Amino acid sequence: MSTVRELRVNGRPSVVAADAERSLLSVLRDDLDLTGTKFGCGEGQCGACTVLLDGVPTRSCVTTVGSVGQREIATIESLAADGALHPLQEAFLKCDAMQCAYCASGMIMSACALLRKNRHPSEGEIIRHMNGNICRCGTYGRIIAAIQEAAQTASPEKL
Amino acid sequence: MNDTAAMVDRRGFFQTLGAGLLVLYLAPAALAQESGGGRRRGGSAPSDVNAWLHVAADGSITVYTGKVEVGQNIRTSLTQAVAEELRVPAAAISMVMADTQLTPYDMGTFGSQTTPQMAARLHRAAAAARIALLDLAAAHFQVEAATLTVADGKISKSSTDSISFGELSGGQKLVKTMDDSTPITPAAAWKIAGSSLPKVNGRDLVTGRHRYSPDLKLPGMLHGRVLRPPAYQAALVSADTSPAAALPGVKVVQDRDFVGVAAPDALTASHALDAIRAQWTTKPQPSSADLFDYIKKNADPAPGRGGHSQGSIADGLAAAAHKFQQTYTIAYIAHVPLEPRAAVAQWQDGKLCVWTGTQRPFGVRDDLAQALGLSPDKVRVIVPDTGSGYGGKHTGEAALEAARLARAAGQPVKVVWTRQDEFTWAYFRPAGVIEISSGVRADGVITAWEFHNYLSGPSGLGAPYDIVNQTCAFHAAASPLKTGSYRGLAATANHFARESHMDELAHAVAMDPLAFRLKNLSHQRLRAVLEAAARAFSWGQKPIPGHGFGLACGTEKGSYVATCAEVAADVASGSIKVLRAVTAFDCGAVVNPNHLKNQLEGSIVMGLGGALFEAIEFADGKIGNPRLSEYRVPRFADAPKIEIVLVDRPDLPSAGAGETGIVAIAPAIGNAIFHATGQRLRAMPMAPDGLKA
Repeated sequence: MSTVRELRVNGRPSVVAADAERSLLSVLRDDLDLTGTKFGCGEGQCGACTVLLDGVPTRSCVTTVGSVGQREIATIESLAADGALHPLQEAFLKCDAMQCAYCASGMIMSACALLRKNRHPSEGEIIRHMNGNICRCGTYGRIIAAIQEAAQTASPEKL
Repeated sequence: MNDTAAMVDRRGFFQTLGAGLLVLYLAPAALAQESGGGRRRGGSAPSDVNAWLHVAADGSITVYTGKVEVGQNIRTSLTQAVAEELRVPAAAISMVMADTQLTPYDMGTFGSQTTPQMAARLHRAAAAARIALLDLAAAHFQVEAATLTVADGKISKSSTDSISFGELSGGQKLVKTMDDSTPITPAAAWKIAGSSLPKVNGRDLVTGRHRYSPDLKLPGMLHGRVLRPPAYQAALVSADTSPAAALPGVKVVQDRDFVGVAAPDALTASHALDAIRAQWTTKPQPSSADLFDYIKKNADPAPGRGGHSQGSIADGLAAAAHKFQQTYTIAYIAHVPLEPRAAVAQWQDGKLCVWTGTQRPFGVRDDLAQALGLSPDKVRVIVPDTGSGYGGKHTGEAALEAARLARAAGQPVKVVWTRQDEFTWAYFRPAGVIEISSGVRADGVITAWEFHNYLSGPSGLGAPYDIVNQTCAFHAAASPLKTGSYRGLAATANHFARESHMDELAHAVAMDPLAFRLKNLSHQRLRAVLEAAARAFSWGQKPIPGHGFGLACGTEKGSYVATCAEVAADVASGSIKVLRAVTAFDCGAVVNPNHLKNQLEGSIVMGLGGALFEAIEFADGKIGNPRLSEYRVPRFADAPKIEIVLVDRPDLPSAGAGETGIVAIAPAIGNAIFHATGQRLRAMPMAPDGLKA
């Protein structure tokens, strides 16, 4: 059984000692105390566990930590690391794009990946990109509005 | 210190809070019974206190309530109530919620009761505090209280002479009691209540910093898993746990049918669970394929609670030009809170503390005490703001599991249910069968209305229409699956049947569905929302080919709702898409317009799932679709464009609004599908596999 000793998380190397078959989600939450990333379904269907691997939105609950390698992991904790909220976080607050907010981290990380590759997505592009993220409280319209708000107002280097 | 203060001091309030001004709510005897004041067991708050707040010597204001935040935004709306009466910015207030050791007893957060009951009490508590502070300031300035102004946490005699709340109360132990006669600010004069204050803890939610129950971690904490039976009603014959116990760091607990493991990490716990060899006996049970026959055969023919009867159905049918008999069915559905059941349990000195997401913290405390043989004052339940409930978290299963494992392991234990656990071992919104017999005159007057609900429940049973001859009855029935509360309870099922049937009657007499409802409806608030929704939707226009319009209305829990929906339906391909929904809503005085709109939008999206495709499949005590890959919930692509029209009534008390918005969307969609296709769908969900040709 191989052991993962180091991960690149939120711009820094992190020392871990994790059985390679454990989920990336569990290592982030239980070992590194990065609990902003949530468990929702365990099968990659709800998107609550979404993190970025080299910028690609990835379901960390179905990603083994051993498969991550040297890829850069970005979690929700990376976005306001210096205290200033990311434009998407600002937009989610402005649009009240959440109720219980358990989905919010995954929503914001998925949206972040979208806006970094597509600065001005159409509504249809937002819906297609975000359709793997579930908000059981049903705030979809507000999340779309928040993504549009961030796309319109944020300067590119802040995304 | 007066007598009350001495009594309160003995109870330890000031020891915990420090000096300052404390406001207690003294419940009238009847309310104490209902709200549990008289039924309290244990805890540290006096038994006659139902809500309280504290103004500390530094001016900070702390409010204590047993209510639970599950996304309905009451942390914000209750803050608004206090800020309004104390004339302070919302940021000056902290809310301590749902901690059985710190907050007064509360029966639970359900039934849309937080706004009508708890907010009203907190208005009074804060108003009482303001009055007490004004009296102190009057003595300080040696003027009449009426000449002073209260703003921003201080009381002013003039623009240059003021004293802060903290200075007024500082150093003393002051107690003020209030009751339902304490005057509060009328809604028409609200400045902070009634405004769209943003979520008070929004920043923690968008940064991931807020810790939900599954996010908590204690030193030495283990991860627990519990062995699940292969089916409902299965009995454990034997369990060989030795392969699990042999794994490094794993502790196994077996107590009759309860078998669980605790391990240093979640994967090891999962491996340990898999290593247990268990034998079970199972027995045949009803399946979803024959559910509705089963319900009818196992129903009580006598009406149960919630029904009523007036006039003569026979006379009404005799007077009718058209008579109908229809049957509607409702499947079991699951709540699917995105945060599954989870708990962290810690034992110290014979006392148990559990952090868990539940809508009934005090109920779960009592359940834990009973199950574990403890007195309730040895159990503390703390509910972090929780990743939703929708009525699905009245119970504390994970709390009890974590407590049992932690006691046996001698270390804190966290239990997080898997999604399959949540789909299988929680509880469901009841299925049901509804039968309606009706008669209508050629001029559109309904002459007879006989309505029988089997199993799903009595909420929203009665028709709000003016029908002289009517009988509405709920019949209890055996349920193959465990059932419980759900947003709106059976009002969704009853409104689906009633409002779909209303549409059938309207078409029978060739009347517009809006005009038909208005003809039979004298209730002004319901008429008002119906007309408001119709106006915003531009009801009466013709849809483009393949599209249909439908509407429905109803009332429940003191709120009034009407929804118009537009669907695009293609019978050839089976595709169905809800394009647009307009909801008009009246819940009395609106506390937070933006958060209210958010709740109503969410109600439409959630209701759309149960309307079109959500259904639990089961056979022989096993759930057939216990995963999100198998049980479809609404996603981005399913959500319609939504418009909300708020009918604000500052002249009326605020009712709760988290539930009622869900009741009209399903029949509005069904009626729109009929309008588009001519197909009348009488089963919820209406199109789990798309429309049939």
